[in-house]
Amino acid sequence: MARVEERIDVGFGPSPAAELSARPRPRGDLARLPWASFFIIVVLVLVAVLAPLIAPHSPTEQSLPDKLRPPAWQEGGSTKHLLGTDVLGRDVLSRIIYGARVSLIVAAAALLAGGGVGLMVGIVSGYLGGRVDSFLMRVVDATLTFPTILIALLLAVSLGQGLQTIAIAITVLIWARFARVVRGEVLAVKTRDFVALARVHGCSHLRIMAIHIVPNVLNTFMVLLTLHIGFVIIVEASLSFLGAGIPPPTPSWGQMVADGRSHIASAWWLSVVPGGAIVLVVLAFNLFGDWLRDWLDPRLRQV
Amino acid sequence: MNAAAPVVLEVKDLHAYLYTRWGVVRAVDGVSFVLREGETLGLVGESGCGKTMTGLSVLRLLPEPAGRIVRGQVLLQGEDLVTKSEAEMRRVRGRRISMILQDPQTSLNPVFTIGDQLVEALRMLYADAAPALSHRAEEALRSVKVAAPEQRMRAYPHQMSGGMKQRVVGAIAVAGEPRVLIADEPTTALDVTIQLQYLTLLKEIQARTRLAMLFITHDFGIVARMCDRVAVMYAGRIVESGPTRALFRAPRHPYTEALMASVPRMEASVERLPSIEGQPPPLHDLPVGCRFAPRCRYVEDRCRREYPPTLPVGPAHEAACWRVEPSPPSR
Repeated sequence: MARVEERIDVGFGPSPAAELSARPRPRGDLARLPWASFFIIVVLVLVAVLAPLIAPHSPTEQSLPDKLRPPAWQEGGSTKHLLGTDVLGRDVLSRIIYGARVSLIVAAAALLAGGGVGLMVGIVSGYLGGRVDSFLMRVVDATLTFPTILIALLLAVSLGQGLQTIAIAITVLIWARFARVVRGEVLAVKTRDFVALARVHGCSHLRIMAIHIVPNVLNTFMVLLTLHIGFVIIVEASLSFLGAGIPPPTPSWGQMVADGRSHIASAWWLSVVPGGAIVLVVLAFNLFGDWLRDWLDPRLRQV
Repeated sequence: MNAAAPVVLEVKDLHAYLYTRWGVVRAVDGVSFVLREGETLGLVGESGCGKTMTGLSVLRLLPEPAGRIVRGQVLLQGEDLVTKSEAEMRRVRGRRISMILQDPQTSLNPVFTIGDQLVEALRMLYADAAPALSHRAEEALRSVKVAAPEQRMRAYPHQMSGGMKQRVVGAIAVAGEPRVLIADEPTTALDVTIQLQYLTLLKEIQARTRLAMLFITHDFGIVARMCDRVAVMYAGRIVESGPTRALFRAPRHPYTEALMASVPRMEASVERLPSIEGQPPPLHDLPVGCRFAPRCRYVEDRCRREYPPTLPVGPAHEAACWRVEPSPPSR
């Protein structure tokens, strides 16, 4: 009898050792990394960090004799200003390069703060449920009913222009989106038996939230984070476009689009180049987010 | 099982209610039983009769905030768990009473490897360093007959079959060497062939550790195989309890009798299996008298007026029905 029992495992397929080692290593599969978007993101980060080293000109230096030069490949353009110059003779390429800094700093600050608050609120709300949940979710609902740009404008105007203001405004807007999605995920996770068994085993609620719930919603959180980078960059650009963003001498992509608007018929590059940069970067982050979602899911990872 | 073995768990007149917006659900309504060392008590009954709630109230893990223990005692080796603080209960759970749930698919955390989860569970029990803990974890896997434990430690739950996962769950449950194991339909989600292996494994663990098992199920085949004694539950109360053989051979409560009659048998071929007419009463709106009265074929006037007392009907055999002739407990 005992001999038979020792062989219990046989019913589960080939030898487990062979089976497990034949599989691709769980986290080693980078084959389907979206190289194009990954490349754009890396370039963006490098450009932002190394801006003073690679920018050919100062982003704020004016040179009226050189104003409204077209990009290098067009008639009248020169290699001195690869992407042309604006109304005040400032180099568009250099302004784009410095503008990347603004976009990334705002995105990073707003996402860290907003995402962090949202994650905590979502976990507490979903796990505790009851009155705490009702209260927190009503606050979230209220936050989400504000029209994004309107409230950001209001905050920007009342707090005064500047980088911090924009970061704060976006944080205030964005945490609720995280909280809501994370809470939904927590509701699904907490009903699963391993949470009950963790309690059976003597875990406290705090420990369960930290050890069992957080890792299970982290996938969703990471994906939300990447998908919202694009959103944040667009909000920042919109605010700057509307004149409530970064104060003028500092270059910002949204502001550049706005400035170029009045010259769109004669000098297209003033709006199209920063606009194209926004599209490219937002698209890159979204594609990367999609890929990240698939990659982080242990069940999809091996398909 | 000999009656001389020390009592590990004694539940006395336990009432656990759920306060919902539809009213008070009397899920556990005066349940009493005794569990001795090395013994298996089967708790049987249909869905929603309060079996699982009984198990959860022993651990004081009723769904919050609706569930509450209203009355009664849960004595674990003489200590009343009902009056303990939450912090004290955390030291009881996992170390002295543990539990296995029905569905192995959701009993393990999908984002951690088997090894990490075992180590995490063991970390709560032992103050060992990491290498010692993972050694213990491997031992735990070996003790539940998982082949190649070194490899399995690195596997994720989705890479394992249901039976294998349930064995890991078992390993975690008994890692703290509990005195009582509550098994809530641990084999319902498993294949029949795997069920047998799993039950054998539980029996072996029990023989080795002398733990007392409360086996919640609705499968009489499993009861016959696993349990020394059976308690039949109906609508929040135990209607009959006794040694498995005696209860199977001569059920005294009409509900037990009807349940036995509806178990399919290999010997006799029947056109249609007998079934119990009607539905159990809703637990938030229970009748005054015997709860089985509306479905009982022997029903009398008295049954509808008054709940029958629980009377001894044989050695260690009790039933709560007006029809039973009490026999003096001849021990």
